[in-house]
Amino acid sequence: MLEVKDLHAYYGKSHILHGVHLSVRQGEIVSLLGRNGVGRSTTIKAIMGQVQSSGSVQFKGEELMGKKAYMVARKGLGYVPENRDIFPSLTVRQNLLLGQKGRKESGRWSMEDMFNIFPRLRERAEAPAGVMSGGEQQMLTLCRTLMGDPDLVMIDEPTEGLAPKIVDQVANLFDEISKRGISILLVEQKLTIALRISQRVYVMGHGQIVFEGSPDDLRANEAVRKEWLEV
Amino acid sequence: MLNSLSYGLLLFMLSSGLTLIFSMMGVLNFAHASFYMLGAYFAYQTSTYLGFWPALIVAPAAVAFLGALTERYGLRTVHKFGHVAELLFTFGLAYIIEEFVHLLWGRAPVEYRIPPILDFSAFSIYTTQYPAYRVFMMLVSVAMLAALYLALTRTRIGLIIQASLTHPDMVEALGHNVPRVFMTVFAGGAALAGLAGVIGGNAFVTEPGMAASVGTIVFVVVVFGGMGSLAGAFVASLIIGAVQTFSVAFDYSLASILTGMGVQLDPESAWYELWKVTIAQAAPVLPYVLMVLMLIVRPKGLMGTREG
Repeated sequence: MLEVKDLHAYYGKSHILHGVHLSVRQGEIVSLLGRNGVGRSTTIKAIMGQVQSSGSVQFKGEELMGKKAYMVARKGLGYVPENRDIFPSLTVRQNLLLGQKGRKESGRWSMEDMFNIFPRLRERAEAPAGVMSGGEQQMLTLCRTLMGDPDLVMIDEPTEGLAPKIVDQVANLFDEISKRGISILLVEQKLTIALRISQRVYVMGHGQIVFEGSPDDLRANEAVRKEWLEV
Repeated sequence: MLNSLSYGLLLFMLSSGLTLIFSMMGVLNFAHASFYMLGAYFAYQTSTYLGFWPALIVAPAAVAFLGALTERYGLRTVHKFGHVAELLFTFGLAYIIEEFVHLLWGRAPVEYRIPPILDFSAFSIYTTQYPAYRVFMMLVSVAMLAALYLALTRTRIGLIIQASLTHPDMVEALGHNVPRVFMTVFAGGAALAGLAGVIGGNAFVTEPGMAASVGTIVFVVVVFGGMGSLAGAFVASLIIGAVQTFSVAFDYSLASILTGMGVQLDPESAWYELWKVTIAQAAPVLPYVLMVLMLIVRPKGLMGTREG
């Protein structure tokens, strides 16, 4: 479904990604692991068309390289950024509305679904999103992207700084997303959640993919974990 | 009082567009007041053929179209070279528009007049006749601003604009055509300036210097109110409008105040010339004094959110 080949990315003159290869199949949950600063977030942003890049990004058989971010989004790629870019002055409901690509609800998710999965969002529906807690903002960011009915969501560090109870809720939502046939590309630093829910994992180091395999392969491969993951 | 209100509202029509464009693109549009001037000239031209009422629609629409072209083929190209290039671009554009106006309409003021149907006095306060056209100006301004407010808060495109003001990348990642939103906002801001020109050009004077004279005041308003804050621009417009209107009418000087307090001043006192300057004489400089004071006391302005 998503096929990334020889992806290079640049911030000004610095060369961040050196030929990244990865793929995500229909309905699959894939994790992209690695330490801070190895280029995981840049990989997603390059796929989204938000950083200067070269190489090939094919989605549902179509080349996305060189397309603007809003065109990429309209092809069915969803992006949940790490910094929880909610629109703070708008209400929770308005934030969700802006997730929709058109005027009407369409596709797999309705606002009602979101409120049922996270009842907290229903309670805060008319409040400015900026006053919510970090965890609530994370839920909102996720739900907002889902409202656009993506076929694949790329999620950057969703559990960063969340309480364990909320991490469980988020993990449940990932199961729900996957059940509806949507693929997930998850960027994570912590192994626990990634190994629990992923079918396949990639490990990144120095702007390249240094390991690819199943969660069990990674558990068994102590050398890779020592060199590229553990602090 | 009413004069200051109608002038303040006119200032806000200008500063609101400038503020919206600034908070979205991070660039002060030096050509903004030029759009105001074009609005007045277009209205003059249209009114010689079709009369005033069609001009009220045609002129802002024409200015909006020019604004859209400016954003699409000018600013968007210059954008990748940074804010300084964008600033210089709008600066150059302001001069081009001014020279263009010289060429087409000459250097002297044009005969753009208040339509006869509105050229009467609406009511009188004590002995002062209040012109109906001023009332009309206020009505147009208030209606326009109410429409702008509703459009920004109640419509989907308004919400997209609000979100794009602060998080353009995220809005684009959700599948909204942000470049087009930028163009719309730029065109909308230009249209507001154009409309201000239509209703202000005949109340004041329509001449090639009008952009420069109102432009600096609009910048004062935007800085005073806080860069990027619509509410701040509104309050600042009314304050600056009042300061400019009222100060002309006060004939006091520091000397007269000091004398009233029992201080003796004669032509040999130090700085006698300075003490004798009346508030009315100092009127043109007061807005700038206010701006400089504001920058010293509160650099982000009345309601500004971002520093510098």
